[in-house]
Amino acid sequence: MLLSMENITKAYGPVKANTDIGFTLNKGEIHALVGENGAGKTTLMRILYGMEKPTSGTIRIRGVEQHFATPADAIKSGIGMVHQHFMLFPSFTVAENIVIGREPRSGMGFNRKAAIAEVEALSRQYGMPVDPRKKTSACSLGVQQRVEILKVLHQGADIIILDEPTGVLTPLEVKELLVAIKRLAAQGKSFIIISHKLQEIMDVADRITVLRDGRVTGVVEAKDTDVEQISRLMVGRDLVDMPRTAPEPGEAVLEVKSLTVPGDKGKPLVNEVSFGVRSGEIVGIAGISGNGQSELIGAISGLVDIGSGQVLLAGKDVTGTPVRKIRELGLAHIPEDRYQWGAAKDATVVENGVMGHARREQRYGMLRGRSIRSMVEDWVKRFEIKTGSLDTKAQFLSGGNLQKLIVARELAQGTPFLIAAEPTRGVDVGAMEIIHGELIKKRNEKGAILLVSSELTEILKLSDRILVINEGRIVGELSAEEATEERISLLMAGGKQA
Amino acid sequence: MEQFLDVSLFNSTLRMVTPILLAALGGAICSRVGLFNVGLEGLVLFGAFFAIVGNYITGNVWLAVAFAVLCVMLFSLIFAYLSIHLRANVIIVGISLNFLALGLTSFSLRAIFNVKGAYYDKNMQGLPAIDIPLIKDIPWLGDVLSGHSPLVYLAFLLIFVFQYFLFRTVSGFRLLAVGENPVAARSLGIKSKRIQYGAVLMCGVLCGLAGAQLSLGQVTMFTENMTAGRGFIALVATMLGQSNPLGVGASSLLFGFMDAVSIRLQGLSLPTHFTMMLPYVVTLVMMLFFKDKSYMQEARKANESSR
Repeated sequence: MLLSMENITKAYGPVKANTDIGFTLNKGEIHALVGENGAGKTTLMRILYGMEKPTSGTIRIRGVEQHFATPADAIKSGIGMVHQHFMLFPSFTVAENIVIGREPRSGMGFNRKAAIAEVEALSRQYGMPVDPRKKTSACSLGVQQRVEILKVLHQGADIIILDEPTGVLTPLEVKELLVAIKRLAAQGKSFIIISHKLQEIMDVADRITVLRDGRVTGVVEAKDTDVEQISRLMVGRDLVDMPRTAPEPGEAVLEVKSLTVPGDKGKPLVNEVSFGVRSGEIVGIAGISGNGQSELIGAISGLVDIGSGQVLLAGKDVTGTPVRKIRELGLAHIPEDRYQWGAAKDATVVENGVMGHARREQRYGMLRGRSIRSMVEDWVKRFEIKTGSLDTKAQFLSGGNLQKLIVARELAQGTPFLIAAEPTRGVDVGAMEIIHGELIKKRNEKGAILLVSSELTEILKLSDRILVINEGRIVGELSAEEATEERISLLMAGGKQA
Repeated sequence: MEQFLDVSLFNSTLRMVTPILLAALGGAICSRVGLFNVGLEGLVLFGAFFAIVGNYITGNVWLAVAFAVLCVMLFSLIFAYLSIHLRANVIIVGISLNFLALGLTSFSLRAIFNVKGAYYDKNMQGLPAIDIPLIKDIPWLGDVLSGHSPLVYLAFLLIFVFQYFLFRTVSGFRLLAVGENPVAARSLGIKSKRIQYGAVLMCGVLCGLAGAQLSLGQVTMFTENMTAGRGFIALVATMLGQSNPLGVGASSLLFGFMDAVSIRLQGLSLPTHFTMMLPYVVTLVMMLFFKDKSYMQEARKANESSR
């Protein structure tokens, strides 16, 4: 037994984040840790990585009891962590990022040549190619992740914790990562993977530990289980399969006519795109992120300048119309980056909730405090948003709960048209179920929804029609019946429709 | 023209540039650890004042410099504690430090020396001028380069010391890391607070030296608000030089030159108030040039993504 955590309890005042948790890891094992947001996975890993002290319980590594006061202690004991948000220095080179903390020296100096040689050797040994001289900010997210893993390996880690490793990667990068993890495990490294993506977990993990409300609800061998069982252990009940009725599309709500958004280097980011969304249907846009989806959404919602083409909303030409006007005409928008576009992290739950509603919720220029609070309170109940209070700052909400708040806020606009961009990115299954349910409800109530997602399962689950975008062009359209993961993947990667 | 661009103009450029350069290097170190120190002006003013006080008490010019450095380190410790430990807004802390310096030095001038406006004692020794052997015998160049206070030589030497430190040593590398992404640095077990404190204290040392050069190097006196915005010019030099020691050196030289020119122009019977504007006009013009401080922007982005 390489690692064992026994009876770990962590209490923050009266609240217990972890209760009597046991967790073990063998050499060469890939062990997944799953659970909803707030189930205690992150707390448990922070304890293991020396960022938090457990209230009680012991950690043993190779049978020897350990007490980690800081991450530096954990690193010394061979534990490495790749954080969900990368801990990289963008202006440093790849080699500098990997050796930092254990730089090869010559006297007082930092021997960069030796650093490059070390990184090259490491990258060859573990079969993870990187260019050590390249600036990290110039690397794709997939390569940045590789840099993170190599950094941890350079620190001499035997136990590698990966927190939501696939959240920002393209499907191809995910595949590469999973292969690399398996290879490293075969070379004797052990992994703990925290993830929401159960399918990936099933693909890669040997064993799965499920947490719910700070307790272990199951430890299962991956080969003896399936996604349904894991979901049940996570949520504590059966997930209801959403009833899907056949779409009854009405008149066109959104029409996009040969829309083009110019790019910096001559090549347009959105290239002659035409499509429509009718009331009572969900149109999904599938594509690897960075293929023009952001610009397309921006152009429709008035955030990005349009080169040529036309956008019609409810029959009115809104091309070049200010954002506020477009929203008043009937657009709501769940933005793709909830921190950058969707919420203000220093503002409270109520303040975030009233954004976009402020003009309605006012009298003589003053906000109507009581009615706003009761409105937001309703959302908190209906969407099961876990928050300390209505006055908790948004930054203290977990990603999933903040996302539910944003979805609630935008749905409450009651507009005929909704853009839902990556509505469940980094969100746990429970929250995902609620958000998906609400989107389908809106569609059944004759709403028109444009769903943009890089998550194929989401596209397939929700969409009535699927458009595939590649390098700014719509390269294919599939109905819900004819769409399969394979066909969409092929189109996404730029292949011709078979 | 020939008369205008003579030896003494360049000679005085070197003298004028020294306080700006020292303070700007201090500012660069601070901004490299992610603390934008607007308080340079105040710290230099403190340095100038305490150098005179030190000289008055000890009667020894070297002890006076040491006293100035020590006192300014103390004040920069206030900056460090407020902005690192209490996480106060660095701009506000810096600005209040400037006003504190202005008020405290003017007040102490009266309390200690019983004078108003300026303190001057003709028996007081300034920093000695040192001739560099060999170089001083080169015609023209010797007159420009030689015969300055030791702080002038030190300032120029420090450009290269800092350049080496930041970009060639392990400690410098870690300092840069702390500035670029403090969260990531902490996750690697790098003691980021300690490094930030060190940088701010170093900045204090440099500002102390800058002040000492101002009140003991050029003249041997202290006048109220004698920095007259040089700390702010140093701040601009920091930004213009992108917090690179070499760049900071170059931009400081430019501003020091303008400073010397403005004094020279006064001799050509141009109105004083007009010529005194010159360095600041150049500062404003220079502002147009740093539209993209790329490394700062990258650092900011990094902080967002690793929230």
